[in-house]
Amino acid sequence: MKKIQAFLFSQKIAPYVFVLPFIISLAFFWIYPMISTISMSFHKIGNGYSEFIGLANYEKLLGDGVFHTAVKNSVIYTILTLVILIPIPMLCAFLLNSKSVLGKRVYKSILYLPALVSVVVAGILFRYMFSEMDSGLMNQILNFFGFESQEWLKNWGTGMFVLLLLATWRWTGVNTLYFEAGLSSIDEVLYESAKVDGANAWQRFWYITLPLLKPTRIYVTTISIYAGLAMFLESFMIYGSNNSPKNIGLTIVGYLYRRGIEKNDLGYASAVGLVLLIVALSISMVYLLSSGMFKKEDK
Amino acid sequence: MSKNNTKPNQRPLSDSSNLEVSTTRTKIVNDKNKRSNPLIKVLINGFFIIMCAAVAVPFISGLFASFRPGQMLIRNGLNLNLDFENWSLTNYSYLFDGSTGYLDWYKNSLMITVVSVILTLIICYFVAYGFAMYNFKFKNILFFLVITTMMVPFEILMLPLYKEMISFGLIDTFAGVILPGLVNASTIFFFRQYLSGLPKELLDAGRIDGSSEYGICVRIIMPISKPAFSAMAILSAMGAWNSMLWPLIVLRSAEKFTLPIGLNTLLTPYGNNYDVLVAGSMFSILPLFILYLIFNKYFVEGMTAGAVKG
Repeated sequence: MKKIQAFLFSQKIAPYVFVLPFIISLAFFWIYPMISTISMSFHKIGNGYSEFIGLANYEKLLGDGVFHTAVKNSVIYTILTLVILIPIPMLCAFLLNSKSVLGKRVYKSILYLPALVSVVVAGILFRYMFSEMDSGLMNQILNFFGFESQEWLKNWGTGMFVLLLLATWRWTGVNTLYFEAGLSSIDEVLYESAKVDGANAWQRFWYITLPLLKPTRIYVTTISIYAGLAMFLESFMIYGSNNSPKNIGLTIVGYLYRRGIEKNDLGYASAVGLVLLIVALSISMVYLLSSGMFKKEDK
Repeated sequence: MSKNNTKPNQRPLSDSSNLEVSTTRTKIVNDKNKRSNPLIKVLINGFFIIMCAAVAVPFISGLFASFRPGQMLIRNGLNLNLDFENWSLTNYSYLFDGSTGYLDWYKNSLMITVVSVILTLIICYFVAYGFAMYNFKFKNILFFLVITTMMVPFEILMLPLYKEMISFGLIDTFAGVILPGLVNASTIFFFRQYLSGLPKELLDAGRIDGSSEYGICVRIIMPISKPAFSAMAILSAMGAWNSMLWPLIVLRSAEKFTLPIGLNTLLTPYGNNYDVLVAGSMFSILPLFILYLIFNKYFVEGMTAGAVKG
């Protein structure tokens, strides 16, 4: 007994005891499901049977029009969130650091508020703000400016707009916080000496702020790519279920959920999941490589 | 934005940083005072006031709707109309009079949040301590795996996890909701960053005093890691309170629902509980709002910890 205790308390064994929970959790909740999902994607799985069918699930995906719609929606959504949620928060962070800002903490705190709200609450709020009735807030605004009321959630373009606005509302504050943290790690001295050199505000932003914010930008872009491609609940809440008219709100994960949970076709759904994983990993790898992320790590 | 721009731009930057700064200090101070141009001041503050107003609109319209009868939500949607004649606190009294499952959901969410935050923090702290304080065989591979798990979206693993939970008999239990997320890679990562910044001499001092390895971890290092605990507590509380996808898959019976799932069930076209829907949504935000007001600083620290290091 004493011996076991001495063994467990030795400096050599202690680190393994510390990281043991990670290893256990990794085995049960990551490695096993990972292998299982890969294996399932090569099987046809029904109630109580499972048959190896090779690449048939993947071949079926190639010709599956609904899946193509889902991929298209997810990819467009991801690209547009990047277009919105990188420059705007960066601008906000830059302006927040300006001497002319009166209530920096107040602005920052309010911009961050939507991030506290669950997708459910955010979705409910946006679903009914974009009500197709004339009395819905967004239609009131349109009418005020002399435009016709829209059936927001019945057309692809307006539906995508609602999803994007929801994402913008929820994440602008968070991303601003990231960029603000990145900005505060830039040495003031650089700006001061640039000023002495006669650089104006725009030049200081372009030649100092932008390049030095690169690590933050890489981080924010990477997590945004993942979040965008894996988007599901936002659409689920906006449309009130996983079914939207003509699948205008269907995403890759939405299709995975429909196939796997709603239709219990685990094999096919796993193939959908793996395609998502491969797309997400390769996009982020290409991005990280092209931005020279790994070269920096080596130093 | 693109990489083409960044490369040449670094040159003027390094040139200028070689300049002597001290001699120019006074000039810069004057420059700062001169720069509070009133037009710029109005523009910048106007920009932020509009942004903040836009952010507040959904909250305010939701709050308004929570005072109106539920049918008005379906009929009219959300808006900022000041139709006070329709307002009452009836919806809020429905929440608390026990006629709906709302209070159960609230209790369930609170319980799951408290239990998972406490367990996650303790476990992740220990794991991170192992990574930060020791050198051991397989350390690099294991830490690489920590990072790798962050690179795989949870959504991909949810089907096999769901099957696993069925075979463990954990479907429709709180344990099934909590267990898979307990050991959280980003929490480990954050704690490790924090602990790596602490002086290793503390460990040796502890050893000389006769503390065991675990004693040092719990009695010496843990108390000085309070800031890290606070930041992570808030972040994981936020995650647990708002978590929806996994509980949606695991939980089956209405009396076990958490707030997000319960609220979602009210959204069915056949439901007649719209009175509870908006009032319940607004009231579900409250705990995090209060935490946010009190611990604002820790929210920011926890959120940005990953980003600064890049």
